[in-house]
Amino acid sequence: MADRTEEVAVANRNAPVIQPGYTFGTVTDKISAIVLNRPTSTGWFIGFGVGFMLTMMMLFAIGYLVVRGTGIWGINIPVGWGFAIVNFVWWIGIGHAGTLISAILLLLRQSWRNSINRFAEAMTLFAVASAGIFPLIHTGRPWLAYWMVPYPNTMNYWPQFRSPLLWDVFAVSTYFTISLLFWFIGLVPDLATLRDRSQNRVAQIIYGMLALGWRGSARHWHRYESAYLLLAGLATPLVLSVHTVVSFDFAISIVPGWHTTIFPPYFVAGAIYSGFAMVLMLAIPIRKLYALEDFITDRHLQNSAKVMLATGWIVAYGYGIEAFMGWYSGNRYDAFTLWNRLHGPYAFLYYLLLASNILIPQLLWIRKLRTSNVGLFLVALVILIGMWLERFVIIVMSLHRDFLNSSWGMYYPTRWDWMTYIGTIGMFLTAMFLFVRILPMISIFEMRTLLPEAEVKAE
Amino acid sequence: MKTTPIYGMMAEFDSASDLVAAARKTHEAGYQKIDAYSPFPVEELAEAIGFHKNGVPLVTLIGGLIGGLAGYLMQYWMAVDSYPVNVGGRPYHSWPSFIIVTFEMTILFGGISAVFGMLALNGLPMPYHPVFNVPRFAMASKDRFFLIVFSSDPKYSPTSTRQFLESLEPRSISEVPS
Repeated sequence: MADRTEEVAVANRNAPVIQPGYTFGTVTDKISAIVLNRPTSTGWFIGFGVGFMLTMMMLFAIGYLVVRGTGIWGINIPVGWGFAIVNFVWWIGIGHAGTLISAILLLLRQSWRNSINRFAEAMTLFAVASAGIFPLIHTGRPWLAYWMVPYPNTMNYWPQFRSPLLWDVFAVSTYFTISLLFWFIGLVPDLATLRDRSQNRVAQIIYGMLALGWRGSARHWHRYESAYLLLAGLATPLVLSVHTVVSFDFAISIVPGWHTTIFPPYFVAGAIYSGFAMVLMLAIPIRKLYALEDFITDRHLQNSAKVMLATGWIVAYGYGIEAFMGWYSGNRYDAFTLWNRLHGPYAFLYYLLLASNILIPQLLWIRKLRTSNVGLFLVALVILIGMWLERFVIIVMSLHRDFLNSSWGMYYPTRWDWMTYIGTIGMFLTAMFLFVRILPMISIFEMRTLLPEAEVKAE
Repeated sequence: MKTTPIYGMMAEFDSASDLVAAARKTHEAGYQKIDAYSPFPVEELAEAIGFHKNGVPLVTLIGGLIGGLAGYLMQYWMAVDSYPVNVGGRPYHSWPSFIIVTFEMTILFGGISAVFGMLALNGLPMPYHPVFNVPRFAMASKDRFFLIVFSSDPKYSPTSTRQFLESLEPRSISEVPS
C-alpha cells in the first residue's frame, strides 16, 4: 500500500507526455490539420522571408568567395581554420541531439520522445547540411570536392586513408545519409495519413507518391518495426562516432590544446548539450505558435533541461581536465596554452565561455525555470552561444600562438565570415519553416501508440 | 454483363483489441491468406495472422558485413597495393587508421540494406493496391482497423466467408474489387 502512494506521488510530479482526452482521430486531425487545413499565417511568411533573405546573403558570400578565393576571409597563417571549421563543428554538434532523441531514446524505451523526434530529426538534417557547406568551401576550390571520394581517376591517385580529415568525409556523409533514411522511413506512415486526409488533388498525388503506397498491413508493420529498430541500433554508435571523428581532426594532431585524449567524449557531450539547446529553441516557439502544448508538454521541456544539465557537467569536466593536463603534463606548450586562455588577447572569450557553458546553465537546477518558456529559451540561447565560443576557443586560441613566437599571429573574422555564418542560420531557418508547413512536424503514428486505447487487451 | 473479379472480403473494426481478436479467430478458423491493417504498429497482430518470419534482420546483417569488408579491403588495396605512400614511416598496412572508415561503411551499408530491404520485402513502393478501392479504407491511416480474407484463399467463398466475418461482429463488411 505504501508503495502505491509513492508511485502516485511520483507520477503527479511530472507533467504527462500527452494531455488526457485525445483519441486516434483527434490526434490525427490536430497534427495533420497544421499542414492540410490551417491557412498559412503572416508570421510564417515573415519568418520564412527573413530566413530566405539570409540564405541569399549566404549564397552571395559564397559566390564572392568562389570568385576571389579564401583571401576574403580572416584566415591566415597561423590560423588557417578560422570560422569555417568553428561553424562546421558547431553545426554538426547541434545535429547530434536529433539522433540522440530518435535513436538512443527509442532503444531506451523513452516514449516521451515520440512527440519531439520528428522535428528533432529534421533539425539534424538541416544542421548537418549547414555544417557540410563549411569544409566544402574551406577547401578553396569546392568544385573539386569530389576528389575526396575514392573513385577511379586519370590522375592515378587514391585518397589518404590515414588522415582524420578523410575519416570526416566518410563519417559526415554516412551520418547525413542514415539520418535522411531514418527521417524518411519515419515519415512514410504519416505521409499515407496525409494522402488519405488531403482534399487537394495535387497534394494527394504528391503525398501519395511519397507514401510509397503504404497501407498499414500487419506484415508491413512487422518488417517496418524491425527495420526501424535496426536503424536506431546502427544510428546509435554512428552518432557517437561522428563527433568522435570530428574531435580526431584535432586530437590526432600535435598542436598544443588539441593533442589530448579527453576530446572524443567531451566533444560528444558538448554536441548533445548544444543540440538539446537548439531543440528547446525550436520547440518552445513551435508549440506556442501551433498550440501544441498538449503534445509537447512541460515534461518534454523538463527532460530536455535535465539532459542539458547532465551533458553540461560532462563538458565542464572536459574543461577541468584540459586545464589540469595543461599544468600536470609538464609540457611547456600545453602550460602556455592554458596561460594564454586565461591571460592572452582572447581571454575574454574564454571567460565568456565559462560563464555561458558552466555558470549560467546551473540555473536549470531551479524547477521553476525548467518549466518557464522564456527562461528556458534564454538559457538555451546562452548555451548555443557558449558552445560556439568553445569551438572558437579551441581552434583559434590554439592555432594563433603555437610553438614558435615568430609564427604567432591574430585572427579577426571579416564581414564575409559573418555573412556566411549568419547565412547558414538563415538557411537552417528556411528549411525548418518549410518543414513545419508541408510535413507533419510530430510523428502521428507514434503519437497514436502513446494513447491508452492503443493497448491490446487480452481476452 | 461484365463482372469485376473480387480481390477479397474486408471487415472493419473499431479498436486494435477487436482486430487482434478477430484476426486470431480467422486464422484459427483455417483461413491462411489473410491480412490486417492498422494505423500504427500493433505487436500482437503479425502473430495473430500467422506471420512470424521476417527477413529484415538478415538482410541488414549481410549488408553490414559487405559494407565493412568492402571498406577495409578498399583501403588495404589502395594504401598497400595501388597507391602506397610513406607517411612518417608508418607501415603501408596501418590497420588502426583504417578502422574508422571500415566502421562507417558497415553502418552505411547496414542502414541502407535495412531500409531498402524492408521496402523490397514489403513490395513497396506500390502506389496502386486493390484495398484502396474500398472508400472506407482511407480511415485505415487514421483510427480504423481492417481485416481482409483474400479471394485466393482455398477456403474463400463469397457467402460462407461473409457469414464467418459477420460472426466476428465488425462495424461493416465490404467486398474488395481487384
